[in-house]
Amino acid sequence: MITGSLPFETPIDELEERINSLSTVSSEKTKEEARQLQKEYEELIQRIFSSLTPWQKTQLARHIRRPCILDYIPRIFDEFIELHGDRLIGDDRAIITGMARLNDETVFIIAHQKGKDTPTNIACNFGMPNPEGYRKAARIMRLAERFKKPILTFIDTPGAYPGIEAEEKGQGEAIARNLFILSGLKTPVIATVIGEGGSGGALAIGVADKVLMLENAVYSVISPEGCAAILWKDRSRTEEAAATLHLTAKDLLELQIIDEIIPEPAGGAHRNYDEAAQKIKKVITRHLNKLKNIDIPALLEKRYEKYQKMGKFIVE
Amino acid sequence: MLFRKPKYATIPLPKKKIETPEGLWIKCDECGELIYKKDWHASQMVCPECNYHARLGAKERLQLIMDEGVEEFNQGIKSVDFLGFIDSKSYSQRLEDAQKKTGFLDAIITVKGSIQGYRVVAGILCFDFMGGSMGSVMGEKIALAVNECIKENVPLVIFCASGGARMQEGTMSLMQMAKTSASIARLSEAGIPYISVLTHPTTGGVTASFATLADIIIAEPKVLICFAGPRVIEQTIGQKLPEGFQRSEFLLKHGLLDMIVPRKEMKDTLGNILKMLYY
Ligand SMILES: [Zn+2]
Repeated sequence: MITGSLPFETPIDELEERINSLSTVSSEKTKEEARQLQKEYEELIQRIFSSLTPWQKTQLARHIRRPCILDYIPRIFDEFIELHGDRLIGDDRAIITGMARLNDETVFIIAHQKGKDTPTNIACNFGMPNPEGYRKAARIMRLAERFKKPILTFIDTPGAYPGIEAEEKGQGEAIARNLFILSGLKTPVIATVIGEGGSGGALAIGVADKVLMLENAVYSVISPEGCAAILWKDRSRTEEAAATLHLTAKDLLELQIIDEIIPEPAGGAHRNYDEAAQKIKKVITRHLNKLKNIDIPALLEKRYEKYQKMGKFIVE
Repeated sequence: MLFRKPKYATIPLPKKKIETPEGLWIKCDECGELIYKKDWHASQMVCPECNYHARLGAKERLQLIMDEGVEEFNQGIKSVDFLGFIDSKSYSQRLEDAQKKTGFLDAIITVKGSIQGYRVVAGILCFDFMGGSMGSVMGEKIALAVNECIKENVPLVIFCASGGARMQEGTMSLMQMAKTSASIARLSEAGIPYISVLTHPTTGGVTASFATLADIIIAEPKVLICFAGPRVIEQTIGQKLPEGFQRSEFLLKHGLLDMIVPRKEMKDTLGNILKMLYY
């Protein structure tokens, strides 16, 4: 059994293990068998992944082996200098910020960091920021604006941390302030949802000129579990809630909440980190090159108009 | 002198034996005291015994705060069930029920008028309408209210009361946080004041957007103001929260509010602030 394998992935993982065990033997017969299994493997992935439910996508978005920002940074960028602290009270490890080089140009990075095992999960509070995380992000936003460098944000959080100190320090205001700052920030911003986009805690670094989403990422106002507990008072209806919330990349593209879906490697980003990173890099680079050529007042007007248009209602 | 005996001992009064004919008396939710209905309304739904500020309807709030001659605008904007959202009830049904119950089309009304003679655009959230939840209509009406403020060069006052984002509109309700915050940013850039008044309760997505982005933030006494609700926090940390946590007085102490203003002084205070800031 492979770590963190999801129930619907089990046949894929089993086949993968068989293929891997064959690769150590090099007779003609096993080679032929391996080729056959590889074909089966690809078909199996195709079959399972072409009909994933919203809840299965949610599980993939939270997959324990899913690449997180620290996996992507060395694969997408040439250099990275991390910058720490909000200059007020601390350095929140749930949000990573810094400068990086992308295709020989400097960009600023603001990203949630979830961690992948118990020690790293705990070190970054499972990607649930406190106000100091959002205020560190705000500081970096202003820094990028001042030096006229684009910002790339990467979203991957269950949500802002619901804790006593977080409330004492004004979690709500910290999030709101970032929405306020980003909406008028005089530099291009591209946000990419790489895993879980958990409510206001995600949006706080997600107001952008272009919002991109990995194929199996999710982005929601509330977790399916939370929604089921509140609306049905029944946590067992989580799958239903996931479907009802319309939280998949495909749903959100249709609603024009996001601008583009970035395809994932066969079987999900966790099966091929390098390929996932290259796909992200390609799409971000394309958008960045376009955004760079728009003058700032026009860029801001477009960003503002985009958010003003969000909403579905009728006028009597 | 660490301990000092109080000069007077507090003696609990015997429970008044009074008849309570239906509709004549109101029981205070906080202290349980029975208040004569006429007194209750005369005190603007504030308990004369314990100063508890009971929830005020949006219309009553308007009456209390605004001068005569209020004009509602954009009243025809209505929510639609664009996701086909069904939990124990369909969203369409919930909307219809809330419209019947409150007489409003959604959880906010926006008006033009004045406070103590000073012109304002005001938004009043209606908690009785699906918990004052923010969906597309609230987002649009706040955006339009801000446009009106900029066009007419008048300050914005918003009375908040909300359970947060409206789940029935999925991620689109989340986007209303971005939309309203972008509007407030434009208002701020235009140099026009925005005052928010937090009333019971102000939580979730409203707290994490326009409610806390005001130039001046006022709260009524003892209001629950939070991003994450007390129950969610208790579940997360596995312990009971201290008394008064996330209430107005707590937020004031932690530097998150400008002031706490009792209901009966609200209109005068708003008038004074408007005068000193802008008129
Ligand atoms: Zn009372």
